[in-house]
Amino acid sequence: MLVNLFYCLREYGVPVSIREHVDLLSALDAGLAYADQEQFYFLARTALVKDEKHFDKFDRAMTAFWSGLDSLEGLVEASIPDEWLRSEFLKQLSEEEKAKIDSLGGLDELIKKFKERLEEQQKRHAGGNKWIGTGGTSPFSHGGYHPSGIRIGGEGQHNRAVKVWEKREFRNLDDSIELGTRNLKIALRRLRKFAREGAADQFDLDDTIHSTARNAGLLDIKMVPEKHNAVKVLLFFDVGGSMNRHVKICEELFSAARTEFKHLEFFYFHNCLYESVWKDNRRRYSEGISTLDVMNRYGSDYKVIFVGDASMSPWEIVYPGGSVEHNNAEAGQTWLERIGQSYHKIAWINPVPEKQWDYTQSIGLIQSIVDDKMFPLTVKGLEQAMTHLAR
Amino acid sequence: MKFQGTKQYVATSDLQMAVNAAVTLQRPLLIKGEPGTGKTMLAEQVAQALEMPLIQWHIKSTTKAQQGLYEYDAVSRLRDSQLGNNVDDIGRYISRGKLWQAFEAKSPAVLLIDEIDKADIEFPNDLLLELDKMEFHVYETGETVRATHRPVIIITSNNEKELPDAFLRRCFFHFIQFPDKETMTEIIRVHYPDIKEKLVQEALEVFFDIRDIPGLKKRPSTSELIDWLKLLMSDDIPDTVLQQRDKSKAIPPLYGALLKNEQDVQLLERLAFMHRRQS
Repeated sequence: MLVNLFYCLREYGVPVSIREHVDLLSALDAGLAYADQEQFYFLARTALVKDEKHFDKFDRAMTAFWSGLDSLEGLVEASIPDEWLRSEFLKQLSEEEKAKIDSLGGLDELIKKFKERLEEQQKRHAGGNKWIGTGGTSPFSHGGYHPSGIRIGGEGQHNRAVKVWEKREFRNLDDSIELGTRNLKIALRRLRKFAREGAADQFDLDDTIHSTARNAGLLDIKMVPEKHNAVKVLLFFDVGGSMNRHVKICEELFSAARTEFKHLEFFYFHNCLYESVWKDNRRRYSEGISTLDVMNRYGSDYKVIFVGDASMSPWEIVYPGGSVEHNNAEAGQTWLERIGQSYHKIAWINPVPEKQWDYTQSIGLIQSIVDDKMFPLTVKGLEQAMTHLAR
Repeated sequence: MKFQGTKQYVATSDLQMAVNAAVTLQRPLLIKGEPGTGKTMLAEQVAQALEMPLIQWHIKSTTKAQQGLYEYDAVSRLRDSQLGNNVDDIGRYISRGKLWQAFEAKSPAVLLIDEIDKADIEFPNDLLLELDKMEFHVYETGETVRATHRPVIIITSNNEKELPDAFLRRCFFHFIQFPDKETMTEIIRVHYPDIKEKLVQEALEVFFDIRDIPGLKKRPSTSELIDWLKLLMSDDIPDTVLQQRDKSKAIPPLYGALLKNEQDVQLLERLAFMHRRQS
């Protein structure tokens, strides 16, 4: 059962497995949700989706799944002989109502009109006196007051439940991606530098033997703190414009970097670094962070990585006021050089293939600003960059 | 027995469903959500509602999965042997962890594994079999501990680390969303049944206004609102003070309960200042 739902979810990219599907089925078997779409939705979500970043995909899949079912409903109705319905329907009507139907041109006419309007109408509708929907006085509605109304499937509960997933409240959470980032992670791993920090909670065998021996054989335990990856990284991402065609690989890099470094701070910029950067791309204009603040806040022990295609017109780098988006008081070059003075280890990672670098003047400019520490965004280039940063 | 929230805890219908599904199918329930939306409290309330004892396991960055099962104190045993005591009974040097306690409880218990994301990245992987089969092996004594009653396991996470897929597959998941105004009013009612209607209304307006300010480092959440209301009530601040939501005096009274970060307070002051200058 519900195999369609399972495949529908997978089609929408919700990572469900058979195990979870079986869970859902056994939950249904236990009677946790019965004949209630909303309850079913909550149950399915809690059993099938394991991360809020997938909630939005799940909501969309649910919409598709239910609309598929709705068309199925029509199928069932269509397969019931027309006369049955008609006779049942006519039986429910009073003489007065029958007269009204006749005034509209008879039952056949009514059904024909219904079909026409259904085609005409694109959206769900409630209230009013013409469109098909809920309430209202149109002949074609559910829960309405028109004497010759045709009732259309669906209960009140149904509408409410549909709203829950049609709201798509979790859209914002769907910003990360799961990918085969293993290669990138392994490359980034070169930057690991282990240091012992924090509480002494590991048994130090060598020291214990040593000090026990000195203690005339009486046990003297020695502990050391555990090793942690102590590398600190500032990541600046170029977004928008020409970077759009590199989005996928950059996302991969980003998600790999996030899991690899414990101390990772990331910021976005556009084309070239200027006086402000931002952390949330949707709020870039309202929540800019001053680049100076970033430099003051994160000490020189941070390693700086720029990710950008460095492809722009040269004056965006060289001249004050050259930015395509705003009037910058100081040239991008000045800001890049400032970063260069504050931090000792800088690398620029460029998603543009290395062979094409020579054809873009601005790439050469940036290269000279960052002392030729520009590396292509390939596994090999990343390895080189990390080796440079780790040195 | 179905969980439907308690007198002190408002559970939305999706949360109820998640808890009931996890309890019925005896699966661990993973709870995520903004800090202060009542993740930890959920476990206490589930325990209370289902009348089960609560066993809490708070995770720290140094916590190891093994500590939840048992710890073998080899050092005491070595010391005892040096002092000439009989150390043949290894069981004496094994102390039981929280998981063991939950497995061996006389009646089904609620086990809270709090803030699992604080632990090492491998921590959840080390608990896979234990949570799945609800049993584990004690190597030192050779015995296998099996759950007499499968405990209700509630796990909370603040999303500091991603949890491995294999672990997630074994859990049910629920994301506590930030409550809307209606639910929030209900929550406040539960905490302060005789609070003035007016005060709640005004306070909620101020509260949601503050939450909407872009760029706050830590947006105030339910627990902060509850604390703030408590202060407002104990100080008996007239609700007219809250009413004058003139942007130039944007700092609400007793803001310290809402904003936990001096940068956020500064931001608010700056906004107020800008409004004053504009007008």
